[in-house]
Amino acid sequence: MTVTDRRTPVRGGVGTSAPRPDGVAKVAGRFAFSSDLFADGMVWGHVLRSPYPSARIRRIDVGPALAIAGVHAVVTASDVPGVNAYGLEHTDQPVFAEDVVRFTGEAVAAIAADHPETARRAAAAVVVEYEPLEPLVDAEAAITAAPIHPDGNVFAHLLISHGDPAATGDVVVEGTYEVGMQDQAFMGPESGLAIPADDGGVDLHMSTQWLHVDRDQVASALALPPGLVRMTLAGVGGAFGAREDVSLQVHICLLALHTGRPVKMVFSREESFLGHVHRHPCRMAYRHHATRDGRLVKVEARMVFDGGAYASTSGPVLTNACCFAAGPYAVPNAVVEGWAVRTNNPPCGAMRGFGAVQACFAHESQMDKLAAALGMDPVELRLRNAMQTGDRLITGQLISGTAPVAELIRTCSAAPLPPQDPAPDPMARPGGSGRSADPDRVRRGVGFAVSIKNLMYSAGFDDFSTARVRLADGAATVTCAAAEVGQGFVTLAQQIVREVLQVEDVVISAADTSSIASAGSTSASRQTWMSGGAVEGAARAVLRRREAGETGEIEETYEHHHKPTTPLGADGQGDAHVSYVFAAHRAVVDVDLDLGLVRVVEIATSQDVGRVMNPVQVTGQIEGGIAQGVGLAVMEEIVMDGGLVRNASFTDYLIPTALDMPEVTVAALIEQPEPGAPFGAKGVGEPPTISSSAAVAAAVRDATGLDLPRIPIRPQDIALAGS
Amino acid sequence: MSGSVTVARSLDQALDALRSGPDARLVAGGTDLMVEVNAGRWQPGTLVSVDRAPELRGWHRDGDEIVLGSGLTYAEMERGELARLVPALAQAARTVGSPQIRNAGTLGGNVVTASPAGDTLPVLTALDAVVQIAGPEGTRISPLREFVRGVKRTDLRAGEVVTAVRVPALRGAQEFLKVGTRNAMVISVVMVAVVVDLDGHTVRVGVGSAAPVPVRAPLAEEYVGALVDWERARMDDPTGEVAAQFGELVAQATSPIDDHRSTAAYRRRAVAVCAARAVRRAFQEPESP
Repeated sequence: MTVTDRRTPVRGGVGTSAPRPDGVAKVAGRFAFSSDLFADGMVWGHVLRSPYPSARIRRIDVGPALAIAGVHAVVTASDVPGVNAYGLEHTDQPVFAEDVVRFTGEAVAAIAADHPETARRAAAAVVVEYEPLEPLVDAEAAITAAPIHPDGNVFAHLLISHGDPAATGDVVVEGTYEVGMQDQAFMGPESGLAIPADDGGVDLHMSTQWLHVDRDQVASALALPPGLVRMTLAGVGGAFGAREDVSLQVHICLLALHTGRPVKMVFSREESFLGHVHRHPCRMAYRHHATRDGRLVKVEARMVFDGGAYASTSGPVLTNACCFAAGPYAVPNAVVEGWAVRTNNPPCGAMRGFGAVQACFAHESQMDKLAAALGMDPVELRLRNAMQTGDRLITGQLISGTAPVAELIRTCSAAPLPPQDPAPDPMARPGGSGRSADPDRVRRGVGFAVSIKNLMYSAGFDDFSTARVRLADGAATVTCAAAEVGQGFVTLAQQIVREVLQVEDVVISAADTSSIASAGSTSASRQTWMSGGAVEGAARAVLRRREAGETGEIEETYEHHHKPTTPLGADGQGDAHVSYVFAAHRAVVDVDLDLGLVRVVEIATSQDVGRVMNPVQVTGQIEGGIAQGVGLAVMEEIVMDGGLVRNASFTDYLIPTALDMPEVTVAALIEQPEPGAPFGAKGVGEPPTISSSAAVAAAVRDATGLDLPRIPIRPQDIALAGS
Repeated sequence: MSGSVTVARSLDQALDALRSGPDARLVAGGTDLMVEVNAGRWQPGTLVSVDRAPELRGWHRDGDEIVLGSGLTYAEMERGELARLVPALAQAARTVGSPQIRNAGTLGGNVVTASPAGDTLPVLTALDAVVQIAGPEGTRISPLREFVRGVKRTDLRAGEVVTAVRVPALRGAQEFLKVGTRNAMVISVVMVAVVVDLDGHTVRVGVGSAAPVPVRAPLAEEYVGALVDWERARMDDPTGEVAAQFGELVAQATSPIDDHRSTAAYRRRAVAVCAARAVRRAFQEPESP
């Protein structure tokens, strides 16, 4: 019998489904998103964008725009006082195009006017003489093509050579796979409000994922000391990676300083599609070698990622894709070559899954192909090769943390299959409300996929976080610049402080750059670990002082670092990552064989979570991530045509509706506390997206018997496969 | 900003308001018009709102015909007696957008926008619908097949208002199938409507998104019409060959294109598949409840 702690534990601590502090306001429509901001005397900004994917700018005449009544300012590249460039890894993207434009939608000028419609009309009145150039839109060709930017066309070229590159297996399977360009498709468009300050600086209220890095890029472009650019997080309507890069930040600050007035800007949906990075489309050629009894011998891969016009995070995305090219399996030998290149397509960068999504589609497609070649059950093949603690990644890095891959596979594959409903609602058949399905021509398929991804930034980047906790009058206040983008960090921060200090009343103050140092980015599934760790550290420091007898107000600030990592060496070997997270997905689909329409019936999943911090939030991340994974598998794609985006709207960029969203069965949340992680918890946001796409594709293959080497799978890929 | 909104509380008020200037435009649900405005394709001038004009609302029977007010919303088409009388229209209405859009968007708007992807148009085409128009010169009618002249082009003249659409009340099955790349709230890749007239002994088909305007398929209609046992209202087709041949003939009547939503080849295939399925459903034994 254990000894029971007789204290009443505080409500809403770690492990409970504590409600979100902003939940009621959001549901009731009272939450202020960045597009709701208002300031007295404010004017409206609008950006003029390039209609061409590649063109020389011969002349810009802003006179006709300035002549329009109500127009306060028109700014172009020549008005940028500092460096006319920004970028997360390389500052290669102009604030405004100077001599050339390199993608459709590139910013050329910005206008401030007394009404958004006036600003739009003024943009149309700016005269820009373009000399259209032949766009470079093929990623493979870009490797050797004439450079379209002074920094060249290759963002990253990576080679991984692991074990014996000459090793061969008894059984060899090959495949070439493609992933289309997915968009994050968040609901709240890019928006912000810049207010000029008396000290020559600017206060910027913005929906973003990383305040301090935005601030530094804005300050550099404006030639201001970073301290004079004060950023406050405005309500964020979703992010998924698309708010990591600067969008309108510099433009509205520049307009605010020019006009001396607050400037607000809200992207239209079309501008949003043109104005943020997308998931990299890519082509991946694979060869797997195995023994006859199904042990992986070697994985060979060559991956070409289209990074679009500017670098953004193409390098790290490619590094991830290459590191996880073989998937969550123990592979003694590997040869992987990766390219991330510049083209005149839209810039691509961070999106949930960050390179692991593309690799997972390829390696899991290969595992199914290998299972077929071996005459082995695909789940059994995965179990036989499942990575475990003590194994090594193909980068040579030891998996020192938890790696419950076999448990994930076992529990997920053991979940009962959904029933074959004998008379389903016609709306629940493929085609849904279109009532196009003929039940006799609908086939069910089942597919399985497993994934691996890193947590936190990698390759030597110290992405620390800072938090402050103040205890006064029996209530705690947390100050942290971590961007709440909907993922629920504000809830976790409250839970952590309640748990440590046993104080129920915890207030999360506004996130900004003036009150505290950086919290790092809300990405890479890192805030639970990094800012969660910072909040825990600060709360424990407060606790120690209280336990030492201190009374009155106690305040502590804590900076949390993860263990150091190193860049990969020339052979692609090295300890580049902090920790890994795994997931398994089993998809059940119904496919209309003649029309090629798909209804995803159910996704069962098991996920490696370390520890469940908040059950409702974990479920939310799993369901939301699966929606995005299902979308990539069967419908979500930015359609490009010669460098032009053909579907920059929610009419034509389709994301799943309630009728497309499958039942989600959580078969197991594997709670093995991760060493070094606060509360043992791993980030949970990305894994649901990574292998769900691959599982759906596998299920559609199972139903149709087709190869389907590309996602999203289009109806014609199935319906016209025989023609 | 220029621009004004006149709220017309009657058809006459709407017609008067339209005389105010050449830039005056009618708005009912606004589900097409506001997309145009937001995309910058039309700058609002004078808007004449007709959603409070009673003459345009609702529907009624007129002998063997049903008169559908141009202000009839998709939500109203989906339910009640009207859904029983014109089931294909109800099915088409159900595929439009979200509930909010279906509460706002109207039949008249769908007809006047004349998009190749207009969801009610294949049904109205199969029904040989007639458009009723009021204008400065009085009233006139225009058969739908003449009214829709091209992609988003109609026979509507300056100052005119579509007041209603007349369709026959037919005895016989009706089917509407729509293909899109999502299971709901999706713009169509193709649509097929099949309408059976048990008294006139005809099977009529309307196809959308597969040509610049909604199309009929006379050869297909004649082919299958001759093979129906009109006494029993059944089609003897144990192997499905008749339905398949019907589908092929319907597909041959279309002229689809490649675009960002799909390919011409897929559209042709999908039309054939949907038409075959629609005609089979139209003549199959009713499912026991």
